[in-house]
Amino acid sequence: MGNYIFNGAIYLIAIIFLIISLVKSRAKTKQALLKAWNSFKNILPMLLGVILLVGLILSILDTNLITRIIGKESGVLGILLASVLGSVTLIPGFIAFPTAALLLAGGAGYIQIAAFVQTLMMVGVVTLPLEIKYFNKKVAILRNVLSFILSLGVAYFIGFILGIWN
Amino acid sequence: MDQKNKKAFNLKSFLKQYLFFIITLVLLGILFIFKFDAGIRATDVVIYSFKEMLLVLPPIFILIGLLDVWIPKETMIKLMGEGSGFKGILLAFLFGTVAAGPLYAAFPVAIVFMKKHVKFSNIIILMGAWGATKIPMLLFEMTALGFKFALLRLAINIPVIIIIAYVMGILIKKDEINAIYKKAEDS
Repeated sequence: MGNYIFNGAIYLIAIIFLIISLVKSRAKTKQALLKAWNSFKNILPMLLGVILLVGLILSILDTNLITRIIGKESGVLGILLASVLGSVTLIPGFIAFPTAALLLAGGAGYIQIAAFVQTLMMVGVVTLPLEIKYFNKKVAILRNVLSFILSLGVAYFIGFILGIWN
Repeated sequence: MDQKNKKAFNLKSFLKQYLFFIITLVLLGILFIFKFDAGIRATDVVIYSFKEMLLVLPPIFILIGLLDVWIPKETMIKLMGEGSGFKGILLAFLFGTVAAGPLYAAFPVAIVFMKKHVKFSNIIILMGAWGATKIPMLLFEMTALGFKFALLRLAINIPVIIIIAYVMGILIKKDEINAIYKKAEDS
């Protein structure tokens, strides 16, 4: 749906720029593609590991377990666990959002759901080695720690407002 | 003899590069032996993520390559470098929001931006926006969790992302940032 349209748009943009580049200079285009290929080759080994690790983690964390952890009346502990759950893994949207919707229908609080979604997007423990490789240890860890702490704030904010709004 | 040495060396560096992948592969094998169901589930996710990677990454890397070759450093400095002010912040948000793919796809983009001397805080903003306010994800979020939820999260994330960039700008020393930029330039 939205995802595919967007991806298509990015492809279209890339192709248009690629054609413009080709018209302007063949040599430079070749250089650009070579750089693209090298960046991809650089990221590939670690990315394959990350993808497998995510698969392994998600095979243990199925929807049932997640529901038990951050379900109805899980309270503050539930919020913290939801944040940890969102942080440790990089759950693809097609699993994450339906799971979140299911949890919501099952009675989980907005705060837990918001904590889960927010950390999912901003904090990446499995991708930390990759982030360290690109930046450095301090930057990568600091960005993740700050994102984690502020995710709790985001979760409480959303929970608070929706509590009034609904 | 020389060539043989070179080959052995290549194998060693290959193994070192792929060590993490090999370990996870072994773990997956172990999972299959002890819990076949879970192994199948894991493989499903791996195949999905792999497809996502192959679908999303090529145009991003092509755009990175083109930007690297065609856009002069001076232009990027003017747009998003030191002293670019509000314009730089806005562009960083814009780049992140129209992005596609998981957060890790933002890392190589950040590297090219560093090569072009984009301000560090703007790079952190780009990554924050890439993670939290990406349009494709927002659309997904709206259908699953409701319009209000997604909109609220988007609204609160704008100041949150700026705060993260600001705090990191304070806590990371100038020479550390320079070292990272140097590493990016050499890569």
